[in-house]
Amino acid sequence: MAEQHNKNKYSIIVPTYNERLNIALIVFLVFKHIPDVDFEIIIVDDGSPDGTQDIVKQLQQVYGDDHILLRARPRKLGLGTAYIHGLKHASGNFVVIMDADLSHHPKYLPHFIKKQMETGASIVTGTRYVRGGGVHGWTLMRKLTSRGANVLAHTLLWPGVSDLTGSFRLYKKSVLEDIISSCVSKGYVFQMEMIVRASRKGYHIEEVPITFVDRVYGSSKLGGSEIVEYLKGLVYLLVTT
Amino acid sequence: MKHIVKIMTLLVAITAVWISLLQTAMIPQSHTWLLPLYFIVSLGCYGLFMVGVGLMQFPTCPQEAILLQQDVIEAKEFLKHKGVDVGSD
Repeated sequence: MAEQHNKNKYSIIVPTYNERLNIALIVFLVFKHIPDVDFEIIIVDDGSPDGTQDIVKQLQQVYGDDHILLRARPRKLGLGTAYIHGLKHASGNFVVIMDADLSHHPKYLPHFIKKQMETGASIVTGTRYVRGGGVHGWTLMRKLTSRGANVLAHTLLWPGVSDLTGSFRLYKKSVLEDIISSCVSKGYVFQMEMIVRASRKGYHIEEVPITFVDRVYGSSKLGGSEIVEYLKGLVYLLVTT
Repeated sequence: MKHIVKIMTLLVAITAVWISLLQTAMIPQSHTWLLPLYFIVSLGCYGLFMVGVGLMQFPTCPQEAILLQQDVIEAKEFLKHKGVDVGSD
């Protein structure tokens, strides 16, 4: 497909913790899928004991340290601060955030970029819940709680996006800086807070279907405390946004 | 305005309509008193219905797992060739 010359630069922030193999795979796939785009990958590693940072240094040998930036931190310090840390070193005018465990596939990066250029959107968010998107590796229970949580959130918050907890997103850098300064939640509620605040502030948000392959089988992250956290997060968002 | 204000306004408007229905007694009062209950039950049913529909239509992508496996193989080959340690894991 013919693409107009893209003068933008994309900073891809990937927070990592013990992802020594996945980070290498992700870097390869990013280079494979957006070869003609100006980008940098900013890896914010929280002191992984498995040698992730050594692998990043090897990747820098292969791909160049102008494309692969290692901006490590001493220990696990949370996702929100990882993005803020990555943002400080981002030289692009657009920022992509994505997970490091390969549930977010870099092959969707061209879709995000194209959607943004076509619509001029401030944010393009990946959604797993529309046709063209999807998940793999989820049990029925997980789908049920996901759908239930989604319906509840939509009824209460009227967010304007179909996937609230997704974390595969493209932001204009200035927009991300603006929103992230007002978000205080942690974990996936943080992702919800980001997109809901953006929606309230009137930013133009577009969606792109993505597929999500869960490779961490059997790890059930949905206990009673998770549900309580989620409900608390919803009420907080209901009242403060 | 803040979202919660919007919702509160909506609830106040609905309550005002309900109270006026009670006052004017166009509908028999016994029915009117039950309207809030009907409303909540309908909301609950609607929610359950949406969950059910969403669950049935939940998009899945088993072929993506296979494609991912292929990508992983391709990536490992290339990276090994370039001296990146992809052996373990």
